[in-house]
Amino acid sequence: MSWCGVGCASPVSPVHYEHLWKLAFLRRFPPPPTELMTDVPGTLVEDRPVAGDPVGPRERTRRVITEVPSRADRRFNQVTMGAGISVLVLLTLVGTFLLIQSSDALGETGVWTFLTRTEWRTDVSPARIGVLGLLAGTILVALVAIAIAIPLSVFSALAITEYSTAKRRKWLIGVVDLLAAVPSLLFGLWGFLYLSGKIVPISLWLTQNLGWIPLFKTSEDASLTGSIFIAGIVVALMVLPIITSVVREVFSQTPPGEKEAALALGGTRWGMIKTVVLPFGKGGIIGGSMLGLGRALGETIAVALLLPQVPQKIGDSIHILQNGGATVSGFIANRAGADAFTTSGLLAAGLVLFIITLGTNMIASVVVSKSRSGAGVDI
Amino acid sequence: MTDVDVAVESDLEENLTEADLEKAEKVFAKKVEIIGGPPPGPATLEAKDACAWFGDRLVLEGVDLVMPKGQVTALIGPSGCGKSTFLRLLNRMHELIPGAALDGEILLDGDDIYATGTRAQQVRMRIGMVFQKPNPFPAMTIRENVLAALKLARLKCSDKDTLVEQSLIRAGLWKEVRDRLDSPGGALSGGQQQRLCIARSLAVHPNVLLMDEPCSALDPTSTRRVEETIDELRGEVTVVIVTHNMQQAQRVSDLCAFFLAAENQPGVVVEQGPTDVMFSTPTDSRTLDYVQGRFG
Repeated sequence: MSWCGVGCASPVSPVHYEHLWKLAFLRRFPPPPTELMTDVPGTLVEDRPVAGDPVGPRERTRRVITEVPSRADRRFNQVTMGAGISVLVLLTLVGTFLLIQSSDALGETGVWTFLTRTEWRTDVSPARIGVLGLLAGTILVALVAIAIAIPLSVFSALAITEYSTAKRRKWLIGVVDLLAAVPSLLFGLWGFLYLSGKIVPISLWLTQNLGWIPLFKTSEDASLTGSIFIAGIVVALMVLPIITSVVREVFSQTPPGEKEAALALGGTRWGMIKTVVLPFGKGGIIGGSMLGLGRALGETIAVALLLPQVPQKIGDSIHILQNGGATVSGFIANRAGADAFTTSGLLAAGLVLFIITLGTNMIASVVVSKSRSGAGVDI
Repeated sequence: MTDVDVAVESDLEENLTEADLEKAEKVFAKKVEIIGGPPPGPATLEAKDACAWFGDRLVLEGVDLVMPKGQVTALIGPSGCGKSTFLRLLNRMHELIPGAALDGEILLDGDDIYATGTRAQQVRMRIGMVFQKPNPFPAMTIRENVLAALKLARLKCSDKDTLVEQSLIRAGLWKEVRDRLDSPGGALSGGQQQRLCIARSLAVHPNVLLMDEPCSALDPTSTRRVEETIDELRGEVTVVIVTHNMQQAQRVSDLCAFFLAAENQPGVVVEQGPTDVMFSTPTDSRTLDYVQGRFG
């Protein structure tokens, strides 16, 4: 994409302007009809009424009515378009920056090798760097996070919209929003210093009882702190408010008529929720979760504190209960300020993360806007 | 009879052939049992000194009204006089509105539906409701819509296909949808949707059916169909219908109750009685004025 592509599409261009004025003038003061005007251009000769046929069908002209915006509207349009375009410009700038900065590392390693190599060693020559180990950790943390956050969010959204009195609803919304206002560093510290120790018994129970599932398997002598599981739980708490607020918004738009219908048929409140609210809110749940996933993928501070940030093989990463793991953002935070080549490699990893989160968020907004409930919701 | 009526009449005759009637008879010969459903037959509904509040505002005061079993009772009166509120009192939908309160008794075959220990779900299963705006479940198919109450109230049914067919025939929709029972209920026209809602309410075999201006969003042809359905339900189900349409009240109801609310006063029942008396020789002059269209 080029800069010109954005600049030329902007309505601020003077050429465009002049054209608009001319159009406005012509609409207000149309030229008097002439012989030429009656002969509509583009009409096929065959279609015209035949001379001598007195009651032929009226000749049809296709008029496209376009509104000429007022001056205030044009100004407003420019301001809003400008703001909208600046977001796109910013996004492109970030992407371009990442692409340029990472070209060193990517060029030396090769894009495919970089994407498929798990290890990250800069102490050997030539350096062997790859993003796959980081990516596996990132995705696993994010998946654990939203697997925990989705049910919690959906139930808290239901508690807010369906089971609360007006007073308690306000209060609960405030509490959930407050959770969103807590800086992620505090979540990370709290998780690192307090929660981590409390979760170890749960991890132990899981691996002892459900260890036959590869996900919960741990090696004999493995430490259970600093695990992807614990990082996932902390990240879950961070994405909870976002998912909850999207889901709550969607649930609150459930048509009251359908809810009444379900209740009037002898349904319980839960039955009504199952038949009406959840099917209606499906799009919002999916979209909100993907939005949360996007956030979870990029979460930095908490995972930088909680995980050892040493890339490991995917086979080791999937044992989420044991110590170990690295995520793209946490790894970048830990290694920032290294030599030029490492920095370039880190930015390449950042670029991969950028593309993945962008894709996730785009899919999320498409899912939400395509669903019946999400038509009016902007995320 | 208006032109529209004539057109509808011929349309209906064209649609229903001898073979259809025979088939329908066969369908209704089959007995469908709903386990855990309401007791069979219509029930008498009686309001004793019923009052209703929204917050601190008294909107309905001292309504005494008997809606006899198997008959059609019409509730008429200008907007804002408490008809719909009264109707919602009858199947405990009133209590869903925050701040709503009530006094008095509503007796269903002698039992107070607001007695402690009586669950609202149980009451609503026996007293079905059709709303002003058609509200089928759009994500469900026509068949699922009809059977929705079974799912919602967790009831078992011996023969679902027959139940769907019976309910749709009773609601006057079977002929139009029998070939597309698995298409979504939201794709039907407004009138068809409303009849689907009636079929959905009838599927659990309720003792009473409440209708809150069921035809106000419908065109004359659909209105006519719904009125025919009400007429066919006479004797099988007790029907209570709120309507703003005087002709409709006259056409479908056996009994009539006239609600009225003076300015800033709660609604009361001014007069009640057999429909023909209410429309010809009412005792209260306000009733006469209203049924003759002089106000409201």
